[in-house]
Amino acid sequence: MPKYDSWKEMPIAGVIDKPATAREYNTGTWRIMRPIVDKDACINCMQCWLYCPDMAINGKVKEDGKTEMLGFDYNYCKGCGTCAEVCPVNAITMKPETEFLK
Amino acid sequence: MPTKLAITGAAAVAHAMRQINPDVVAAYPITPQTPIVEYFAQFVADGVVDTVMVPVESEHSAMSAVVGSAAAGARTMTATAANGLALMFEIVYIAASMRLPIVMPIVNRALSGPINIHGDHSDAYAVRDSGWIQLFSENSQEAYDMTIIATKLAEREEVLTPAMVNLDGFITSHGVEGVEILDDEVVREFVGQWEPKYPLLDIDNPITHGPLDLFDYYFEHHRQQQEGLKNAYKALPEVFAEYEKISGRKYDFLDLYRMEDAEYVMVVMNSAASTAKYVVDELREKGIKAGLVKPWVFTPFPKKEILEALDGRKAVMVLDRAMSFGKEAPLYSLVKSALYEAKERPMMGTYVYGLGGRDVTPTMLHVPFEDAIKGELDPNEERYLGLKE
Ligand code: SF4
Ligand code: SF4
Repeated sequence: MPKYDSWKEMPIAGVIDKPATAREYNTGTWRIMRPIVDKDACINCMQCWLYCPDMAINGKVKEDGKTEMLGFDYNYCKGCGTCAEVCPVNAITMKPETEFLK
Repeated sequence: MPTKLAITGAAAVAHAMRQINPDVVAAYPITPQTPIVEYFAQFVADGVVDTVMVPVESEHSAMSAVVGSAAAGARTMTATAANGLALMFEIVYIAASMRLPIVMPIVNRALSGPINIHGDHSDAYAVRDSGWIQLFSENSQEAYDMTIIATKLAEREEVLTPAMVNLDGFITSHGVEGVEILDDEVVREFVGQWEPKYPLLDIDNPITHGPLDLFDYYFEHHRQQQEGLKNAYKALPEVFAEYEKISGRKYDFLDLYRMEDAEYVMVVMNSAASTAKYVVDELREKGIKAGLVKPWVFTPFPKKEILEALDGRKAVMVLDRAMSFGKEAPLYSLVKSALYEAKERPMMGTYVYGLGGRDVTPTMLHVPFEDAIKGELDPNEERYLGLKE
């Protein structure tokens, strides 16, 4: 559903009156732990990308055909820690969200 | 010209449904609502209505089917009673939260157990917080009128809230009385064409009905439902006035009977109000200033009107046809709360009567008045009329 600030402006009954609004639903707000990658340690094996249940890891295939891990999409990363668990070189650490509170 | 027919309350409601000519009726027959569905099914079979009748295998399915149908954009009705309503319960709340203006006559009957098929108001009270508008009717004429009124009210853009029309099991549903039926065209014009706000079948404007609504907007949607009922409260006098124009019958939040100078006032809903009016007349003949308040509208509860009607009276006796175990009876607690701001608070008494179809006699209804006249009302003591003590 799109973002609304007041009960007065949102459609009644929870009706979603535009298609494809699920894209705007940022499940990342559920997160209490945030994955942080140490790019110096990362070997770009893409295990984290493969295992992330929310497709919240960005990556690309470079011109030389090798993969590169680019970081996290925090709009969708729910902080489950799977990536940190599967990383063979422990390049990912899970930090409490409170550390990032402004 | 309106026609006067000698028919049961169930037939009167079925005639209102016939004239409203809903697109879809999905219903399961349950005593004492069965004749409504039977009469209506006959109208469908005879081709006098265009309605698609969906015979379902349970009330849970009936309410689910009408939710689907109303969400699709069809004008939709069903009817039920007691345990049927209980089986619908889950979807009853969903219909209200989806803001689908379904109209549902409820033939009031005891919510078992022990098993009982006769009339009381435990079914209506059980769904009092479900978000539906709840109208009550004393007799067949009122049940007919309220069904038409409910349709007009529920579908108003600013209301969009489903509505229940309550009539007493057997007493009203199966008793034969003279009922004035308006002309078909008059009713048809009154209810007009239903223009759904978010029809699922509008494929040019795709929408989603009934999505997950967690902590982000659930609260706001409930606030909107509250607004729908506030708007229903505002719209009711207008709808009543419009109905009076086509029928000559005047409705309001409250039916005030001999209330001008009344000192001892009974508050009671539905068919027992007829007996109470008879008792009020008897007392008036003896020079006692008795009066009666009968709420036609229970949800949205007409708090302000109750306060206005009862402020400054000597005594108010509220009669409930159901119990709220371990708490004050539902109508009593609402009337009592409405009187919190009274300038001159009346004495109050709470009486439970007529459970499971127990007969309600004039002798019985004299008791609360006698208690009041003797100054023996106790606001904290629930008393029972006609109980084998
Ligand atoms: S913490 Fe979980 S959701 Fe977030 S990037 Fe890692 S695997 Fe994906
Ligand atoms: S699993 Fe670890 S090493 Fe492999 S790409 Fe992800 S962060 Fe880098």
